[in-house]
Amino acid sequence: MKTRMFFAGSGGQGILLMGQMIAKAAMLEGREVTFMPSYGPEMRGGTANCTVIISDKTISCPLISETDILVVMNKPSLIRFESMLTPGGTLFINSSLIAESPTRDDIVIVNVPANDRAAELGIEKSANMVMLGAVVNGTGVVSMESVDRVLGYIFSEGKAALYSVNHRALHINA
Amino acid sequence: MEKVLMKGNEAFAEAAIRGGAGFYFGYPITPQNEIPEYMSHELEKAGGSFIQAESELAAVNMAYGAAAAGGSVFISTSSPGVALMQEGISFMCSSEVPVVMLNVSRGGPGVGGIQPGQADYFQATRGGGNGDYHVPVFAPASIQEAIDMIYGAFEIADKYQNPVMILADGMLGQMMEPVSLPEAKRMATYEEIRANKPWAITGKGPRSERNVIKSLRLQPDVLEAHIHRLFEKYDRMEKELVRYETYGEPDPEIVFVAFGTVARLVAETMDILAERGYKAGMIRPVTLWPFPFDAFARISDKTRLVVSVELSMGQLLTDVKAAVCGRVPVGLINRTGGVVPTPVEIADRAIKQLKALD
Repeated sequence: MKTRMFFAGSGGQGILLMGQMIAKAAMLEGREVTFMPSYGPEMRGGTANCTVIISDKTISCPLISETDILVVMNKPSLIRFESMLTPGGTLFINSSLIAESPTRDDIVIVNVPANDRAAELGIEKSANMVMLGAVVNGTGVVSMESVDRVLGYIFSEGKAALYSVNHRALHINA
Repeated sequence: MEKVLMKGNEAFAEAAIRGGAGFYFGYPITPQNEIPEYMSHELEKAGGSFIQAESELAAVNMAYGAAAAGGSVFISTSSPGVALMQEGISFMCSSEVPVVMLNVSRGGPGVGGIQPGQADYFQATRGGGNGDYHVPVFAPASIQEAIDMIYGAFEIADKYQNPVMILADGMLGQMMEPVSLPEAKRMATYEEIRANKPWAITGKGPRSERNVIKSLRLQPDVLEAHIHRLFEKYDRMEKELVRYETYGEPDPEIVFVAFGTVARLVAETMDILAERGYKAGMIRPVTLWPFPFDAFARISDKTRLVVSVELSMGQLLTDVKAAVCGRVPVGLINRTGGVVPTPVEIADRAIKQLKALD
């Protein structure tokens, strides 16, 4: 069983963190995983995307040209990457920032108002955690318990004050 | 051993620290900037010294100096940075000074781009510096393999008193994989350096002669004798260091040759070809110099085509042709300039080349 995931949005939206958290959760579950970020002369406001592959077997190629799960956090990402989804794949759309509908009719679409739900918690920057929670709940690719453990590692020591709000964001759709 | 999820560049740096690196000198260049960044806060904690040099030329000469004094030295850069370091590499080979060097390579020539490339194959294996010399070159295909190579490279460099190069690429530097980190070696004390590196410039002390480290030999016969002695050492390296891996079933009709991350793409290509009814194999050189010519003895009379798959314009191909030695047609499947082919593209092009032989 191999699951390919692609996360896309703009720099500053926490795209790479979403991918890294899923990857780390998969590693904690003893599975094979690769995380591949796009890299370039990019900065806040530029584009950001990453690929995560989770498998029960050794992963040879860390790059993908099609994906089973696509997560788009802004409109340009939807337009640019919609065609990457395999038929029957699942598309998670940040409907707070994307009013448009996808053109595909052979895929599963999950609308997540990530920024709005995060704003309800008073911390709109946690929109990525709202989306991550929706992706984990919607796909079961890793367990929420594993993601919770990863969240604990990230928001520890100096960042412990941010744990609670991000934990609430992660679980807001549960 | 417990696994950790690490970015390639950070894992490379940690492997160097655990392998005993006491000194790191570097100048920032993408796609390996996480290495100097990591070293800037972690090496000192381990008891080592970090200096951000004013240029790659300065960095390599700082490495030359620290290693000449018996230090265990790690340096890293990316393609154009390695070009700037060539003078130092040639000098260190002549002076027999061991350092461990990492090239997280990118597209060239010139400043080129920052996406992954393998067009430094000639630079690494043929020597971009002047004179007769060799540097062993290890090409990792995974972050774990890179960790193990960097960790082990210090002993190899010390054993042969020669620089050792690890040739990775931007893809490996930027990606993350679960890895196991080896146990940290203790940094050598001054007394241990004096005992283990009797050639190093550690102060004359009670020795009857002072140590001299130099690459200048003005008498042609003296220089010639020195080079012959170096080449006796390179002959030993060729026998003792050469490494490769083979993949696939026996008697493949097509044999791919690929190193580093490209070998991972080809592994997936082999699955695609199996689904399409083709029997494929792969030779992955783990050392690029010495090149594993012996691996090609395994090419059977069933093999119709050998293909070099590379992110350059036929550099690896030259060694593949020399190894195949005209027994079988040799093809090339490549992209360059930072473009990475998909496994499907490699499969399609391989089938096209096979059909052209019918």
